[in-house]
Amino acid sequence: MYRYDQFDQAIVDARVEEFRDQVARRIAGEMTDDQFKPLRLKNGLYLQLHAYMLRVAVPYGTMDSRQMRVLADIARTYDRGYGHFTTRQNLQFNWIKLEDTPDILAKLAGVQMHAIQTSGESIRNISADQFAGAAADEVCDPRPWAELIRQFTTFHPEFSYLPRKFKIGLTASDNDRAAIKLHDVGLQVLRDADGQFGFRVYVGGGMGRTPFVAHLVRDFLPATAICSYLEAILRVWNRNGRRDNIHKQRIKILVHDLGAEEFTRQVEAEFAAIQPLGDDIPLAEYDRIAAYFVAPPFEQGLSDELDLSDPRFAAWVERQVHAHKQPGYAIATISLKPIGGIPGDVTAEQMELLADLAEQYSFDELRPTHAQNIALPHVRKADLYTIWQQLDAAGLGTANLDWISEMIVCPGLDYCSLANARSIPVGQKIAERFADPARQADVGELKLKISGCINACGHHHVGHIGILGVDRKGTENFQLLLGGSGAEDASLAKIVGPGFNEDGVVDAVERAVEKYREIRNPGERFLDTYRRVGVEPFKEAIYG
Amino acid sequence: MADGATASALRFRDDEPADEPAVSLDAFLDQPEAVSVRIEGGDDVRRLAPALDRLKLVEVDFPRFRDGRGYSSARILREMGYQGELKAVGDVLVDQLLFMRRCGFDSFAPDAPIDTAAALRALNAFDFVYQPAADVRVPVWKLRHG
Repeated sequence: MYRYDQFDQAIVDARVEEFRDQVARRIAGEMTDDQFKPLRLKNGLYLQLHAYMLRVAVPYGTMDSRQMRVLADIARTYDRGYGHFTTRQNLQFNWIKLEDTPDILAKLAGVQMHAIQTSGESIRNISADQFAGAAADEVCDPRPWAELIRQFTTFHPEFSYLPRKFKIGLTASDNDRAAIKLHDVGLQVLRDADGQFGFRVYVGGGMGRTPFVAHLVRDFLPATAICSYLEAILRVWNRNGRRDNIHKQRIKILVHDLGAEEFTRQVEAEFAAIQPLGDDIPLAEYDRIAAYFVAPPFEQGLSDELDLSDPRFAAWVERQVHAHKQPGYAIATISLKPIGGIPGDVTAEQMELLADLAEQYSFDELRPTHAQNIALPHVRKADLYTIWQQLDAAGLGTANLDWISEMIVCPGLDYCSLANARSIPVGQKIAERFADPARQADVGELKLKISGCINACGHHHVGHIGILGVDRKGTENFQLLLGGSGAEDASLAKIVGPGFNEDGVVDAVERAVEKYREIRNPGERFLDTYRRVGVEPFKEAIYG
Repeated sequence: MADGATASALRFRDDEPADEPAVSLDAFLDQPEAVSVRIEGGDDVRRLAPALDRLKLVEVDFPRFRDGRGYSSARILREMGYQGELKAVGDVLVDQLLFMRRCGFDSFAPDAPIDTAAALRALNAFDFVYQPAADVRVPVWKLRHG
């Protein structure tokens, strides 16, 4: 993975000192809370219901054991002994004191981490395919490009007071594991017939209260022009995006209002003005970065045989292990969604175990995934059994990837100042209802996503089944949506009908699932059946 | 690379300030003798292209410090080759000065006064930058590759 050189380190260290000064000026009353707010947000610090929340960047979802151990240390020293992995591969601490944040950021800087631009109206941390560098289906490891873009977008002077936040998602595979079409900009790395890198560029996707699937604006952008092209996109939006209504300021609204064709025309015109200035990062810099991402020294000639005589281990392998490009190796995804737990939460002790396992068995790499799990990307198949035993003993051995209990759930009203409803208890009740692994296995792939308000942090728009919690005359009400997907076949889920109370929506989910089991064709996932038959049979089953 | 200590009036130029009051973009384009223009958030600075030669001062208004349109206006002007004074006016705060300088602003008229020492500290907080802009700073990728 990437390592800072003296320049990267100097920039991050300077940032810590700058923020230390800003915090001191705020505490001394030298600036108003309104003036301080964007500064703390650009350092990942939110003011939540009960305390400050600090969001630490995990750039493109790659980290090592040393970094994970420092997160565990911060969780113990400054928080309540745990952290929360987010849907954009970052980690949040929920119980932080403002005056501690400069010291926390200094600790992070000591292991080449930061919280820069993890919130606020800025270019956010880039998310990427969690299987990068390990998947058999990628055209290249996309992370060198992600690191290049990370640097280019860090403290970009023109684009640090944007109309709203701006998120980039990146993959190098046709199988989209990074939900790129639900990002402000989605990039797919391609190679042309001559082996030259390029990007397929999508713009204007997103969830929130007005969900859109992104539009294709360039089918093949030469990769070395990516910085100019991103500047063109950002500049068109920065100049023309709305600033009068916080709910209509994302780039997706501008793309929608102008139409994809006119938006693309304006971007291309701006690109034609910017590119000749010669400010793009040269290929030599890509090569320098790419050298940090060369494949680890895999052992050759390992067997792909696996002893599956322990049925619980076999069930875990079946669910949690993916093919690796190197024979004898596998990708193991650790579910952070135990039945009855809080999706994405990990204790300091669990973080330390994950660090140990990565260091010992996965060339020291850990990959937070956008579904709030942790992948060990480079594991010898021969080591899978001992890894699973250790995970199982620590409560991390759940086998439920892509099943209904492996859900995405936002923090909701238990933590968040924006939420209208408590999303976590609904998720827990559904997980308990479907706790029997045999039942989940029979239902198969079913992506459940739950948000506690219309801002959609729980991605309910792209759930095969989505749940949206709203406030209805002072009581929590849950709407049920069906038919979304955040993958390469991206689509937006639709509301089925009137909402439910907490127990009612759990029952409604169960009725939808039972309807699917009744009418599915062999081999059909829930989503496939829904797409074949439409909403009506489900509506009838749910409302009777 | 560092900004010098001659910023007593938050002006980073050696020439004499233009003494003519700035007029709106439409008025400026209508008045061939005008040399100073004031850019509001929604104005398209590319309309100034035919008049760059006579232009001595561009004031860019920041109605709220979070309104970042002025950063793009400044950079486009410098990309077009404008070399005269570029002044940030309005809700300009000390923690925005560095990005403004990088986008090409070389003087500042904040609504609320900014302490000069604090301004210089903010402007010199970072020794290195990741991207080229409208200032003289060299991005780290150039330092890495010579």
